[in-house]
Amino acid sequence: MTFSGWLTIFLFVILLTLFAIPVGSYLTRVYTGERTFLDPLFRVPERLAYRVLHVDPDKGQDWKQYARSLIIFSLVGWLLLYLILRTQTLWDFTGLNPQHFHSGTWNESFNTASSFMTNTNWQYYSGETTMSYFSQMAGLTVQNFLSAGVGIVVAVALIRGIIGRSGKSLGNFWQDIVRTVLWVLTPMSIVIAIVLVWQGSIQNFSHYLSVDGITGLGQQIAMGPAASQEAIKMLGTNGGGFFNVNSAHPFENPNGFTNFFEMLVVLIIPAALVFQYGKMSGNRRQGYAIYATMMVMFLGAASVAYVAEAHGSPAQHAAGLHTQVVAGSSGGNLEGKEERFGIAGSALFDVVTTVTSCGAVNSAIESYTGIGGAVPFANLSASEVIFGGVGTGLYSILLYVLLAVFIGGLMVGRTPEYLGKKIEAREIKLVSLGILITPLTALFATALATASKAGRASIDTAVANGPQAFSETFYAYLSQANNNGSAFAGYTGYDGTVGNLGAHGITFADLLGGFDMLFARYAPILFALAVAGSLAGKRVSPAGLGTMRTDNVTFVVLLIGVIVLIGALTFFPALLLGPIVQGLTGHLY
Amino acid sequence: MKRDVITSIIGILVFSIFCGIVYPLFITGVSQVAFPGNANGQKIYVHGKLVGSKIIGQNFADVVMKNGKPEMSDGEPVTVPDPRYFQTRPSGTTPADNAAATSFANYGPNSVVTLKAIESNIQGYIALDKAPGGTPYYPGGLTAAKVPVDAADTSASGIDPDISVRNADIQAYRIAAVRHLSLATVDRLISNYTSGRGLGFSGEPAVDVLELNLALNRITGGS
Repeated sequence: MTFSGWLTIFLFVILLTLFAIPVGSYLTRVYTGERTFLDPLFRVPERLAYRVLHVDPDKGQDWKQYARSLIIFSLVGWLLLYLILRTQTLWDFTGLNPQHFHSGTWNESFNTASSFMTNTNWQYYSGETTMSYFSQMAGLTVQNFLSAGVGIVVAVALIRGIIGRSGKSLGNFWQDIVRTVLWVLTPMSIVIAIVLVWQGSIQNFSHYLSVDGITGLGQQIAMGPAASQEAIKMLGTNGGGFFNVNSAHPFENPNGFTNFFEMLVVLIIPAALVFQYGKMSGNRRQGYAIYATMMVMFLGAASVAYVAEAHGSPAQHAAGLHTQVVAGSSGGNLEGKEERFGIAGSALFDVVTTVTSCGAVNSAIESYTGIGGAVPFANLSASEVIFGGVGTGLYSILLYVLLAVFIGGLMVGRTPEYLGKKIEAREIKLVSLGILITPLTALFATALATASKAGRASIDTAVANGPQAFSETFYAYLSQANNNGSAFAGYTGYDGTVGNLGAHGITFADLLGGFDMLFARYAPILFALAVAGSLAGKRVSPAGLGTMRTDNVTFVVLLIGVIVLIGALTFFPALLLGPIVQGLTGHLY
Repeated sequence: MKRDVITSIIGILVFSIFCGIVYPLFITGVSQVAFPGNANGQKIYVHGKLVGSKIIGQNFADVVMKNGKPEMSDGEPVTVPDPRYFQTRPSGTTPADNAAATSFANYGPNSVVTLKAIESNIQGYIALDKAPGGTPYYPGGLTAAKVPVDAADTSASGIDPDISVRNADIQAYRIAAVRHLSLATVDRLISNYTSGRGLGFSGEPAVDVLELNLALNRITGGS
C-alpha cells in the first residue's frame, strides 16, 4: 500500500461529495420543472418531442399507467436492438461496418439485447471482433441512454410517491424520460466524451489500423467511435465496453487522470440523486442519512479491496515473487491489472463499478485475490444499494429504508411511519417482494447453472478449477440479476470468432442470463412503482413524540444493519463456497 | 395500451436518431477538429511508415526462422523477445499484444495455471537478462524475488503500453550493454518517457515502452 493509494480513495470521496451536492440541486430543478440554465437550449426540442410523441406532459399518470408506459417503451427498445444485432450486415450501406462483421446469433443477441435494455451491459460478445460501428452507435449507445433514463425516472416517481400530498399521480413517464435525456444525460455525456478524447480516447470511423511495428512483427489496432460510448457507458452506470477489455483498454481509459475522472462520472448521478431526494422531501437530513449509510459501506469495501490486492495472491507468492512496494514498483497483485492504474486505481475502480450497477472493469476481476474478489461479491449481495445504478440505487435503498422503519417500528411497538405516512401491511409486502426478488433470482439461476451439464459448459476449465469455477458461475448470475454486468470473465456464453462467422452462442447461458436480467430488473421496478402508488395517496400525519426519526445516526446504523443482515443471510453459504474459501487458503487448485 | 405502443415506437425511433446518430457524429466532429491526433489513435510514423500507436502496447519480438520460413505453432509464428528493445508486460491475447482482439487472461489467484504462467514469465525475464555467455547484465543477476510484479503478471488489456519504472531500470542494463550506450544515457531516456501519476496521485508512474524504444533507435540509428 502507498500513501498516494490511500490519498486517491480519500480525495475521491471528498470530490464526489463536493460535485454531487450541486448536481443534486440541478436534478431537483429538472424534475420539479423549475428553471435551469439549460432551458434556453432544450425548451424547444422538448416541446417538439411532445408534439411528435403525441403526449400531454402535464397529464399525470398513476402507478399503473406509469409502469405500463415504461414497460412497453422498454419492450419496443428491446425489439429494435435485437433486430439491429440480427441484421448487422443490412446496415453496411452506411459504411459503418468497415471490418464487415456478420450478424449476431439469435441466442447471443437475445442475451445482449436484454443486457443493454436492463442497464446490465453484461457482454458475452467481444466488441471489436463482432460489432459494427453502426450496431455500437444506433443499437448499444441508444440503450445506454434509455436504460439509464428508465432507472432515473423510477427513482423520481418513487420520490414523488413518498412525498406526494395529493392524489395518485407519480408524474408523467414521457415527460420524465424526455427531460432526463435532454437535460441530464446528453449535456453531461458531451462534456465527458470531449474530456476523454482530449486525454487520448479515440473517436473515428476508420478501418482497423495495420501497423508495421518496430521489429516488423506487425499489429492490427481496432478503431471506432469509442469516446462517445464510453461517456454514457460510465455516466449511465451501464458498463458495456466498446472494446472487449472494457475500461482496461488504453483507448477507453488512457491514463491515471481519466481513471479517476471516469470513477467520478460513474457515481455522480447516483450520489446526486440522494441529495435530490433530501431536497425534494423537504428535509435535507433525510438525504444526508442515506448518503452516510452508502458512504460508510463504500469506504469499507474500498479499504478491504485495496488492502487485499496490495498484499498479493497465493500464486504470486508460490512463484517466489516479492509483492511489497519497492522503489519504482507498486507491488501487489498486478495480475490482470494495468500499470498506469496500479493497485489502488484498480481496486477503487472495481468497488466504484460494483457498488453501482455499472459493471465496467479496468482490471480482470477473475484475477483478484480471494478476499479482493469477495468485495465485488459483497457489493452485489447488498443488491446495489450502496449508491447503486442511476436511479436503481435510490429506489432500492428506499425500499430498505421502509423495511428498516418497519423493523424499528416493531422494536418500539408503534405503527411504523415514514415522513408522516403510515407504513402498513400492503407496503411491507410489496417492499419485501421488491427486496427479495433479485437475490432469489440470482441464487436460483446459479443453482440451475451449477447443477446442470449445460450450465457447466460455460466454465473456462483451462484456467478455473475448484472454488474458482463456482465463483465464475455464481458471479455471472449474481451480476446479471443485479444488472451490474461485470464478470469473472472466464465464464462464457458465446463461442466467438472474429466477425461472428461460424460463431455460436451457448444457448443455456444466453437464455438463463437473459431471463435473469429481465426478471430481476422489471419485477423490482414494478414493486417500487406499486409502493410509490400506494404511498402517494396517503395522508400525512404530523410527527409526534413517539415517531422514530429517520435522519439521525441511530437510523443510519439500523439501516446498515438491515442491509448487511439481509445480504449475509441470503448469500453467505454461497459466498463461502467460492471467494471466501480462496481468501482463507494458500492452496492452489 | 395502443396509445402507449405507438408513442413507444415513435419514441424509440426519435431517441435512436438523437442518441445513436446525432450524438456520436457530433462528438466525432468536435474531436476530429479539436484533437485529431488523439481521436485517430495517436499514430506514430517513422520514415513514412506507421509503426504503432503511442498508447497501445506492442510486442517487440522477432519471428523465429526455420529453413528460411517462419516457424509456426498453433497457426501463429513463434517469436522471441528482441534483446535490443525494452519489453512490454506479459499479454493474455493471441498473438501477444493483439490490439484487434483484446482479452483478459483470467488467471485466478489460487490457480496452478496462474503459478505456471507467472513462473514462465519470470524465467523468460531472467533468461533475457543473460548475455550470450550466460553472465547477467543486471549487477549480481536476477532472481524471482527481484523481478518486478508487472514483469511477471499478465496485464489486464493484453496491450498495456507501459511498464513500471523499476522494470525499465532493470532492463536498462541489458539495453545499455547490447546497444553500447552508457547506463546514464538509457536512464535519462527512461525518465523522458515516464509519465507521473494523474493529478499527482492517481495511478502509478508509467514508462511508455514504444516511445522509449523509438528514442533508442534514433540515438543508435538502427532497428
